[in-house]
Amino acid sequence: MSFEGLPKGSCAKKTSFRDSIYFWEIVRGLGVTIGHLVYNIFHTSEMPTLQYPEEKKIYSDRFRGRHRLMKREDGSPRCVACQMCATVCPADCINIDAAEHPDSEIEKFPETFVIDLLRCVYCGLCEEACPCDAIRLDTGIYEIAADSRDKFVVDKEFLLNDREHGSY
Amino acid sequence: MMLFLDTLSKIGFMFVLIMGMVVVLIWMERKGAAFIQDRTGPNRASIAGIRLAGLVHPVADVFKLLFKEDIQPANRHRALYNIAPWLVMAVALSTYAVIPFGDYISIAGRKVSLVAADLNVGLLYILAVASLGTYGVIMAGWASNNKFTFLGGVRATAQMISYEINMGLALIGLVLVFSSQATPEHLREFLGADFLSGLRLTHLVAGQGDLLWGFLPKWGVVVQPLGFLLFITAVFAETNRNPFDLPEGESEIVAGYHLEYSSMKFALFFMAEYAHMVIGAALVATFYFGGYQVPWLPRPVLEAHAGSLLTIKLIGVVIISMIFSLLFFRRAQREKGKFGDARDREPGLGGALWLIVALGALGGLVLKPWGIGADGASLFASLIQVGAFVVKLVFFAWLFIWVRWTLPRFRYDQLMALGWKVMLPLGLANLVVTAVVLAMV
Repeated sequence: MSFEGLPKGSCAKKTSFRDSIYFWEIVRGLGVTIGHLVYNIFHTSEMPTLQYPEEKKIYSDRFRGRHRLMKREDGSPRCVACQMCATVCPADCINIDAAEHPDSEIEKFPETFVIDLLRCVYCGLCEEACPCDAIRLDTGIYEIAADSRDKFVVDKEFLLNDREHGSY
Repeated sequence: MMLFLDTLSKIGFMFVLIMGMVVVLIWMERKGAAFIQDRTGPNRASIAGIRLAGLVHPVADVFKLLFKEDIQPANRHRALYNIAPWLVMAVALSTYAVIPFGDYISIAGRKVSLVAADLNVGLLYILAVASLGTYGVIMAGWASNNKFTFLGGVRATAQMISYEINMGLALIGLVLVFSSQATPEHLREFLGADFLSGLRLTHLVAGQGDLLWGFLPKWGVVVQPLGFLLFITAVFAETNRNPFDLPEGESEIVAGYHLEYSSMKFALFFMAEYAHMVIGAALVATFYFGGYQVPWLPRPVLEAHAGSLLTIKLIGVVIISMIFSLLFFRRAQREKGKFGDARDREPGLGGALWLIVALGALGGLVLKPWGIGADGASLFASLIQVGAFVVKLVFFAWLFIWVRWTLPRFRYDQLMALGWKVMLPLGLANLVVTAVVLAMV
């Protein structure tokens, strides 16, 4: 075969005569593929394919799934609306409106806490930046689907009760 | 009137065969590709929970494509754009007219030849019509008004010109071998001539029923091995299948010539590709693998031993289907309650189907097939020959799929170099050697 027009050295090895007539190599290749076919016909249960909706892959504990907000013992959010996560977020997907907390030691709490799941890149920087462990990505939920864009913008209530919601 | 009805029923048989093969081939392609690549392949579509190992998927695909919106580009050439898929499909179907799928069948004392049109220029007809299919591709490519489809059309043209020559050259060697060979004794009355004509496909296949040196079937592949390799390569290129599917090379020109087609028009291109595969397989089987001929068992032998052959065949069917049935039932036992829904019934159903086949064959044995009469023997021979043709057809169609999932695509310059610098000289050399050998014999 000719290699005109290709840069020198890209086909440095000259093909041997046996390779250049293709025939034997094609027959060999056909042998490889038919071997796989016959093996798989008789060993269907060994197939690595995951039958997805029935079988689901369980990721490791370090997998960053959908976010959740942590609660205090009295059920209010741990978040103190310090804006660290919103500041560090590279995708700019967190939006917090702070309000004054009745307890003067806590100072602030988030009146709204909105995450746009479509913008989020699941980097986990918010989790690292949070000074009071209020946001985590440890739900393990990776099936994030909805039928319109605004359903991906999730609010405080949703994130606080994430475990119950499961996937949607 | 009789001739008209005969021809109509033969056309009907061929049409059903092709369309059935298209469905089976789509299934074979997807399932075969999956198994070759260690995947399970399509296994979701079902009728009442029964999935038939993915065979429901082609049906589901057809329904999906029928109901899809037909989106057309605004600046298309309206007439050519609409004609192109029909042309491709019509050409693909009309090639079958001259392919014999049996020698003859006796119905009420009449001998009906098993070919829709027994042209005396059948081989030229095939070469002419097969290359017409490229017109549809070119029209689709140009009329879509898109640079990628246009490139696909141009590639199809260049490829067709390069490989049509090799196809013809390979076939000339075959015609040389089989023309002016004496007609086999048992077909002399039916085919009429004392000598065979190499251009007539019924003659070409009749000549392949002989034995070479008394033990080798005189198939095209035996007398023309190099011609066979050249021909099958050219057929791969003509049908635009891998490794020569550059007209649709999706990694370079998106989807090639059928990029701008959607809905049922796309489905026509898709089906035409598979219909072309069936033609390619039929041509390879007819020219190089004896068409309907059963090796070592020409029609007189088949008719003489019809009783014992039929008995052996029925016993074989009983044993094999019993084994399959047992395998299925064992699997049903093993996988009881695996899914917890209708899919659990599948292995049991498969076992029951094979059991019915076994019982049917047993019922056939009860009817004493070893005492079959002369009419029955003739009918048996015809059916066995049609069956042999279909088996060869399915094997070569599978070869197309098998090769597609084994080889990568050629680069365009490699394609041209292979066609003009390798295959053309080889084809000419093959022709010269064949002619010299025939002149000396």
